Amino acid sequence: MSIVVNNLTKKFGSQRAVDNISFEVQTGEILGFLGPNGAGKTTTMKILTCYMAPSDGDAKINNLSILESQDEIKKKIGYLAENNPLYFDMAVLDYLKFVADLQGVKKDKIQNRIAEMVYVCGLNVEKHKKIGELSKGFRQRVGLAQAMIHDPEILILDEPTTGLDPNQIVEIRKLIKELGKQKTVILSTHILPEVEATCDRILIINNGKIVADGTSDMLRKRASGEEMVRVQIRDFDDKDSIVAALKGLDSVAIVDFVKDSPDSFLVTSKENQNSRKEIFKLCVNKNWVLTEMTPIETKLEDIFRELTTN
Amino acid sequence: MHAIWVISKRELNSFFDSLVSYIFIVVFLGIGGFFTWLFGSDIFLIGQATLQPFFSIAYFTLFFFIPALTMRMLAEEKRIGTIELLLTKAVSDWQVILGKFLSCLILISIALALTLPYYITVWAIGPIDHGAVWCGYLGMILMSMAYIAIGMFASSITNNQIVSFLLALFIGVFFLIIFDVLASSFTGTIGQILNFLSMSTHFEAISRGVIDSRDLLYFLSITALGLMLAQASLSKRNIVE
Repeated sequence: MSIVVNNLTKKFGSQRAVDNISFEVQTGEILGFLGPNGAGKTTTMKILTCYMAPSDGDAKINNLSILESQDEIKKKIGYLAENNPLYFDMAVLDYLKFVADLQGVKKDKIQNRIAEMVYVCGLNVEKHKKIGELSKGFRQRVGLAQAMIHDPEILILDEPTTGLDPNQIVEIRKLIKELGKQKTVILSTHILPEVEATCDRILIINNGKIVADGTSDMLRKRASGEEMVRVQIRDFDDKDSIVAALKGLDSVAIVDFVKDSPDSFLVTSKENQNSRKEIFKLCVNKNWVLTEMTPIETKLEDIFRELTTN
Repeated sequence: MHAIWVISKRELNSFFDSLVSYIFIVVFLGIGGFFTWLFGSDIFLIGQATLQPFFSIAYFTLFFFIPALTMRMLAEEKRIGTIELLLTKAVSDWQVILGKFLSCLILISIALALTLPYYITVWAIGPIDHGAVWCGYLGMILMSMAYIAIGMFASSITNNQIVSFLLALFIGVFFLIIFDVLASSFTGTIGQILNFLSMSTHFEAISRGVIDSRDLLYFLSITALGLMLAQASLSKRNIVE
């Protein structure tokens, strides 16, 4: 089931919450939706789930337009809304049955689906309790269970791991990865390691516009541009001559000292060049003791900050 | 139709899981019974085998109770956000509105059905006009439909239950009293229109046993209008500027 979003715009008054965004998600892809608060993530999700109509543009889910075939689309989507709203006065099992009924799960399959969801989401201990009596983590699981009860082909999850403890987070991520093999998943989150751990592709959105789209490796490359390595050379006192020699290499652009570590240097390569081989050869020629050479990766946090702060 | 029934079943369960329905039924029967059998112009005072005293008191109690039942229907869902959950399932706005409307109507019908012993008792005491009694019940149901629709509309435009309750009473009081009072002080076309808008005119006609298509049309149009406005207010999130 593919999702194709075309020039989607949503205006609230004069504010453009979502501003002319377009992207595609293929079957079996897990797309991470990243962005600061108020960037337009939730609004986009609300539009894709047919909760509200866009001001302009269209989105097609398996070639069905969200403007026309809402009923069919809703049956194919499982949605976990932001803040996970639930009927607190209902028992977990009653609630799952209610949702299954609404989503048109066949009568003879409802009990099976409920049992499966209770198992998958680890709700067995709490299944007879009222939702209002559950802890936040268990409520989140109920939210996930209701989103998946009708075995939807597309899952849209708005911050699925908020309120979960670290063990549960790992379990839920594993579950999402597992689901992502057959289904199309869009998830939004603030937690950057989560995106790296679960998503095949990342979409960063800021002020309603897409500012980055790609795998985490692609984003890193794009953000850093040049390779950077940390080099440590021991037992040689003339630091300036080391710097000069390193600067003399063809592939090296900048050489910096490292604070608090007099033996270390930060070497930045020229664009699209790799300097590690030359650095190694230089050390061999000069008979320097090379004790460290570590490529420095740009963190996703840095990319995120760079792209979303103006 | 399935979705409407699923939604109204959930609403009914939530009525009966909380004290709301029990309080409603007990108080409705209590007030109705007290004024029908014991106090005021009760059956023994007027000395006729008729349920008229019950219908005239229920006419007022339902006016107060229905907004109390409908006030949370949409307002609460909007406040806690479950409306988003509901509307992203395979249901339309209309199905949500109709499901909730139906649940409320069923609860009131249950309360009215529990007053059937009054009917049987009066029947045992004297010669009762069966037609008038059944028409009276029909009138009650029609009137309830109109009030529920008004209540649903009031609940759809706010996410505060108290505001919803008061607004439903405010709209309801026009149909209950104000149009009636105004009608008596106007003559000509305006007087006729106001008289037609007053609920008592239509309810009294039906509870006397006269079923006129105009009266049916009156109640059904208020119901339809209320529900349409509720639906419009619910779907205003889709408005494209």
